[in-house]
Amino acid sequence: MQTYYTNKILTVSELTIAIKSILEKNFTFICIKGEISNFKCQSSGHMYFSLKDDVSQISCVLFKGNTLNLEKLPKDGDQILVEAELSVYPPRGNYQLIVRKFSFIGIGELLFKLHELKETLKKRGWFDKIHKKPLPLFPKKIGVITSSTGSVIQDIINVLKRRFSNFHLILNPVKVQGTGAAQEIAKAIEDFNKYNLADVLIVGRGGGSLEDLWAFNEEIVAKAIFESKIPIISAVGHETDLSICDFVADIRAPTPSAAAEIVIKEKNQFLDTLENYKKQILKQLIHLTNSLKIKLNNYQNHPFLISPYNILGKQMQMLDDIKNMIDNSIKQKLDRQKDFLILFLNQLKSLNPKNKIENKKSELSSFNKKLDLATKNLLEIKKERLFKLLSHLKAIDPKNLLKKGYSILFNEKDASIILSKNDLVENERFSAVVSDGKIYAIVERKQ
Amino acid sequence: MKEELSFEKAFERLEEILQKMNEGKVSLDASLKLFEEADNLISKCSEKLAQAEQKIETLVKNRGELELENEKPKTKQFEYNKEKVLED
Repeated sequence: MQTYYTNKILTVSELTIAIKSILEKNFTFICIKGEISNFKCQSSGHMYFSLKDDVSQISCVLFKGNTLNLEKLPKDGDQILVEAELSVYPPRGNYQLIVRKFSFIGIGELLFKLHELKETLKKRGWFDKIHKKPLPLFPKKIGVITSSTGSVIQDIINVLKRRFSNFHLILNPVKVQGTGAAQEIAKAIEDFNKYNLADVLIVGRGGGSLEDLWAFNEEIVAKAIFESKIPIISAVGHETDLSICDFVADIRAPTPSAAAEIVIKEKNQFLDTLENYKKQILKQLIHLTNSLKIKLNNYQNHPFLISPYNILGKQMQMLDDIKNMIDNSIKQKLDRQKDFLILFLNQLKSLNPKNKIENKKSELSSFNKKLDLATKNLLEIKKERLFKLLSHLKAIDPKNLLKKGYSILFNEKDASIILSKNDLVENERFSAVVSDGKIYAIVERKQ
Repeated sequence: MKEELSFEKAFERLEEILQKMNEGKVSLDASLKLFEEADNLISKCSEKLAQAEQKIETLVKNRGELELENEKPKTKQFEYNKEKVLED
């Protein structure tokens, strides 16, 4: 839809003025009902507040001139009916209602009671955190106090079914509005406690007017909630409705569905948590074993354990040194002995009798030679002499004499040579040897 | 009958075990035992979670008073009935 303003470049003021002219002329002398909130009375005497209902709110201003007819000072929560006109306020670019006529609706009195009770209970400490009981993590039995026909119980069941398959819900059906509703609700809370029927309670109803919700603002309900041993989740009306019940309960849920979400975590969340525990514990265990392994490894690789040299090295070295020293000293000693020995050997060599023997031998052989020579000489001499003698002898050989006529006489008796006449007697036999034989004869006489 | 260990206790114990192990002061033997215990708890809890038992009951009332049976409040299966209107 194209308008006069389409495809044009406007300044902020031009647009604001255009809005102002359109809005203001269409909303004059309108009647609006709603609840007061953010009420402020400025020193100038003008009053500023918001008018709201369940989902919307609008800023209002009541100028001083129009406040004179007020029966009492308005306050937050007052239900009012106003006659007003819409006004755009260019400096802030917002719109507000300029209130001309102002009147309270009967509810104001109820709100006053509510406010009074709230103050009283607050003073008693019933709203204090110290009284808030923790909700069970996994309630076996969930007690619900609400109407059996309202949407609340249905919402709760739907949410629970979605979140958790195995829940046990016990409904205590009660009137949630009208005469006797507060008493029924209080009794239901007491009964749940008396018979210990649930681990957690949801008390609530759907949204409605202040009168509709009134039962949840009664002291008797507040008392039952305060005295309950079972933790209570309050789920009264919509998010914007706050009841006494909400304040006293251990937890306030903005809506009945939210109460069901609060009462039990999603099954998957539980499973996740469990899985997570397992993972973390396992991780720690692995971490522990790993660190122990490393420790063990460190011990194994510790210099003391990896080789004996680290412990015994010094001693081993000392041992080696001592061994060396001993070796050296032994060697030195041996060397010295060896030197001595060599010396002795040399001396001994020099004293060796072989030389002497050789000397003697050579001496001996020279003697031998000399002896030989001398013997030879002697022999030669003897030989010569012998030859001389032989020739002499030859010269005197008797045979030669015999040949010359000489003979030799031998006594027959003893074959001795007869040299004289006395060697023989008369008639004695004798033999004479001549050159060619023997002649036997007898002595005839001697002369 | 010590049958059911509550979820709160189980989770508390698991938290305790985890903390002990995180501190790293437990011996290997002890931590193996703790792990075993934790594993046991976890499987028991998972088992419980896996049970598909579902009960939706309503208390039976007579003129605003609970009806008793053997001195215990009587219950019956809750059937949601949209047609039924509020008394009063």
